[in-house]
Amino acid sequence: MNRKDGEVRGAAVRGAGCGTIAEVRDAIQARERSATDVCRDALARIDAINPHLNAFNTIVADRAMARATEIDREPDRWRDAPLAGVPIALKDNLCTRGVRTTASSRMLDRYVPPYDATVVSRLERAGAVMVGKTNCDEFAMGSSNENSAFGPVRNPWALERIPGGTSGGSAAAVAAKLTPMALGSDTGGSIRQPAALCGVVGLKPTYGRVSRYGLIAHASSLDQIGPLTRTVRDAAIALGVLAGPDPADATSAQEPVPDYVAALTGDVRGVRIGIPRAFFEGIDAEVSRAIDAALDVLKSRGATLVDVDLPHAKYATPVYYLVSTAEASSNLARYDGVRYGFRAQADSPASGGPYDLKTMYSRTRAQGFGPEVKRRIMLGTYVLSAGYYDAYYLKAQQVRTLILRDYDQALAHVDVVAMPTSPTAAVRIGERVSDPVQMYLMDIFTVSANLAGLPAISVPCGFTQPGAQKLGDELSSEGGLPIGLQLMGRRFDEATLLRVADAYERDTEWSKQPPPPIPNR
Amino acid sequence: MSPQLFSLSPKPLLMAMLAFGMPAAFTGEQIAAIAALANLELDASEIDLFARQLGDILAYAEVVQQIDTTGVPPTASVTAGLAADRPDEVQPCLDREEALAAAPDPALDAGFFRVPRVIG
Repeated sequence: MNRKDGEVRGAAVRGAGCGTIAEVRDAIQARERSATDVCRDALARIDAINPHLNAFNTIVADRAMARATEIDREPDRWRDAPLAGVPIALKDNLCTRGVRTTASSRMLDRYVPPYDATVVSRLERAGAVMVGKTNCDEFAMGSSNENSAFGPVRNPWALERIPGGTSGGSAAAVAAKLTPMALGSDTGGSIRQPAALCGVVGLKPTYGRVSRYGLIAHASSLDQIGPLTRTVRDAAIALGVLAGPDPADATSAQEPVPDYVAALTGDVRGVRIGIPRAFFEGIDAEVSRAIDAALDVLKSRGATLVDVDLPHAKYATPVYYLVSTAEASSNLARYDGVRYGFRAQADSPASGGPYDLKTMYSRTRAQGFGPEVKRRIMLGTYVLSAGYYDAYYLKAQQVRTLILRDYDQALAHVDVVAMPTSPTAAVRIGERVSDPVQMYLMDIFTVSANLAGLPAISVPCGFTQPGAQKLGDELSSEGGLPIGLQLMGRRFDEATLLRVADAYERDTEWSKQPPPPIPNR
Repeated sequence: MSPQLFSLSPKPLLMAMLAFGMPAAFTGEQIAAIAALANLELDASEIDLFARQLGDILAYAEVVQQIDTTGVPPTASVTAGLAADRPDEVQPCLDREEALAAAPDPALDAGFFRVPRVIG
């Protein structure tokens, strides 16, 4: 390493961190920087900062450097690739051939998949360099990233606070500028809520827009993969790579994929933004203030604000927890210690009686799953069982129809619906773990998009103020915690969603503010 | 699965919930029956915890029961209209060795997943 390299690398670790997707890619394509340089800097910064955040379960330094070297070796081949040389991180519930994929569960802590998720192949074909797998709630179940078998992720803006969940490691990695982009998955808000709490952009595409092949299933009618980035433009670039039909996922849609970057015109004149005011009851006053200010920005750009009524939206959280746990209890039946993952041994201390097949199943699951996963399997099994199916699962599916109709009716008159992403900013680690219902209420604004299959995005729209009291968090006084604005759109109309979000971002500086320097505090 | 394993007297429990706006707490036996259906071995403290928490969660979900859904069809998925069919052709797939590679107890020579004794 010559002296100049060393200085550049030191600056990357101490200072600003990585650029955006667009900046990194343009610098590599203009030959201002090499992919190996960019990759080395990203790995050095991860080395220095990740111990404070616990954002990564696995870091694949050698694999990433080898890949960056390949890209540098063939500049012509990668000249037009949208992500050439861009370091990325993947949530650890996305299968990566030859790289451990754990879903942050003891059940899969040594699982090495024999295949890549479709999104992984698509990103690599676009030139991305995967540097590691990010921490998340176990099997993507939670709202705080406290349910990981590998410990909680810490919020880069306040290390004693949650980053949100379940894609908390991905949000923290992007917020701390370890990588310009990370993939997450969103079953009830798991991309958008951590994006909001970490001050980054999180996009949940329409159900079916992005292939789920190779995503470790949580609730199959709700799961969707999407990007976490620092800018809306980067989200548009990423979605262009990820979107499109996939023969390996029968639920992936045949809809044409537009040029999302070209959609970012900055022009929102005449765009109608629906606001379900009645649904905002009980949100933190600071969140409310930030959302109102954000809507004013869009109005001043020429958008029209319209009141909309979503009478069933308030039922979305209980409906979500009935539907998602039912699906999860079925999906997680596959973890039985036979084909992959953990298997409990016969001589375990809890044993009694013969170690037959049935005992092996139930003991493997007892030892392999954490408390939240067990709780949801129990609830899901109960609501699907004979005698309860009609009262809970079927009823929830009927109310799901009513919620979906509410949104379809609203979106017949408006182009997007706006609301907070989360009712509060990031709470302290440990603050809500003992009460599942309180934890579930953190998802109140995000679960509807999954139930209705709609695309939704969270963009940074402000920070909490020092000294202000926040709902359920009387001790907080330091302020400076990010707040997110959520926009939901029509199915397969991510272009409008991105256009409105980008227009908002052009008039505000929230996305440009970095979190406080981490190693020095 | 024997049917009496799940004799949780569903109707009285549900009626109690609807009448009082909260579920009767689950008994340990009910939780154990659900755990048996889910192939999940629970210890005594987990049974106590889930008896309370499942009751709390269902009390919270109880508002859903109050909504009039007469004539409303259920939504199981929002994929209607997607092309799910494809020609039934042989595609490349994992070979046997790869498929067995992640198993806790593979019988590589025979090409099987080995499990504990099933009969007797």
